[in-house]
Amino acid sequence: MKIGVLLSRVRVEEKWLFEALDKRSVKHDRIDDREVKFDVAQPEPWLSYDVVLERSISFARGLYATQILNAWGIPTVNTSQVAAVCGDKLTTTLMLQKANVPQPRVKVAFTPESALDAIEELGYPVVLKPIVGSWGRLLSKINDREAAEAVLEHKETLGSYQHSIFYIQEYITKPGRDIRAFVIGDQTVCAIYRTSPHWITNTARGGQGLVCPVTPALNAICIAAARAVGGGVLAIDVLEDPQRGYLINEVNHTMEFHTTVPTTGVDIPGMIVDHTLAVARRKTDRPALTPMAHEVSGNGKVPQLVAT
Amino acid sequence: MSGSVNCPECEATLNLKEVVQGEIVVCPDCGIDLEVIELSPLTVALAPMEEEDWGE
Repeated sequence: MKIGVLLSRVRVEEKWLFEALDKRSVKHDRIDDREVKFDVAQPEPWLSYDVVLERSISFARGLYATQILNAWGIPTVNTSQVAAVCGDKLTTTLMLQKANVPQPRVKVAFTPESALDAIEELGYPVVLKPIVGSWGRLLSKINDREAAEAVLEHKETLGSYQHSIFYIQEYITKPGRDIRAFVIGDQTVCAIYRTSPHWITNTARGGQGLVCPVTPALNAICIAAARAVGGGVLAIDVLEDPQRGYLINEVNHTMEFHTTVPTTGVDIPGMIVDHTLAVARRKTDRPALTPMAHEVSGNGKVPQLVAT
Repeated sequence: MSGSVNCPECEATLNLKEVVQGEIVVCPDCGIDLEVIELSPLTVALAPMEEEDWGE
């Protein structure tokens, strides 16, 4: 058994993952995504890996690396399909909608004028989000028409075409916190409240972690969300709406857990390693023509979760 | 690997304990992110700046 760990930086999460691999005496290589080169016609150097654990801090590098590996039949955690869904907020929203998983209302428009109409149909306040991005970057809470006009004009002039895909989300009046739940395989292993006086509660932006009990209802919606995006190792952001209850806000496919491990005491890195080993074993145990759809991609199908 | 290095930004002395290649450390004086780029000799450099697609 040999595992590749694709990464950009060695954060505390990666140190804990390496410790978990060492503890299990698993042979592993660190693969720096700044140095990696792929010859798409030459998979041989990579075939020694039974599985690759993708921990790139860059969404694009992680996505395309796993696409290449999955196309060669090398399993990854998570798969390129899951990365493609989770790394794009609109695609995530579509998959959640298709699976009837509760989420805030979302409207999409392609010009500032149509976006302004969409915002006013939804009603203030709304949240404008870049479709690709993380850590609470470039989120805008729009409270009135003047703010909407200003932010839409600014977004239109930003460099990337993606900023002109206007993703407009209903603002949920949450109780000073949201929930970050961790799903590994088919189990919600733990959750934390992220509390903040600011409407953005990401721990990267100063939100504080507190243990959140995983109730049957929280577990059910998190598992449904994980299945909707293809399953694997996922961090689910959940909002508490006063009327509608739990709503799925986002799903993250290369999660951080430096706040959650000390807060909950749950061995998330150990569980990730055990899941990754299980994915590798399934690859070697099964005939090559019958991969598990959510773990081995490359068939172009929308991912389907297979019970683990 | 453990040892002392100077911050390339503010020249403060950092006492690093059991760091690994590629690890990110924060300068206690100026707060900048540094990356351990070599273990022997222990060397740090400014860590890459956050890019638009970085995250979870």
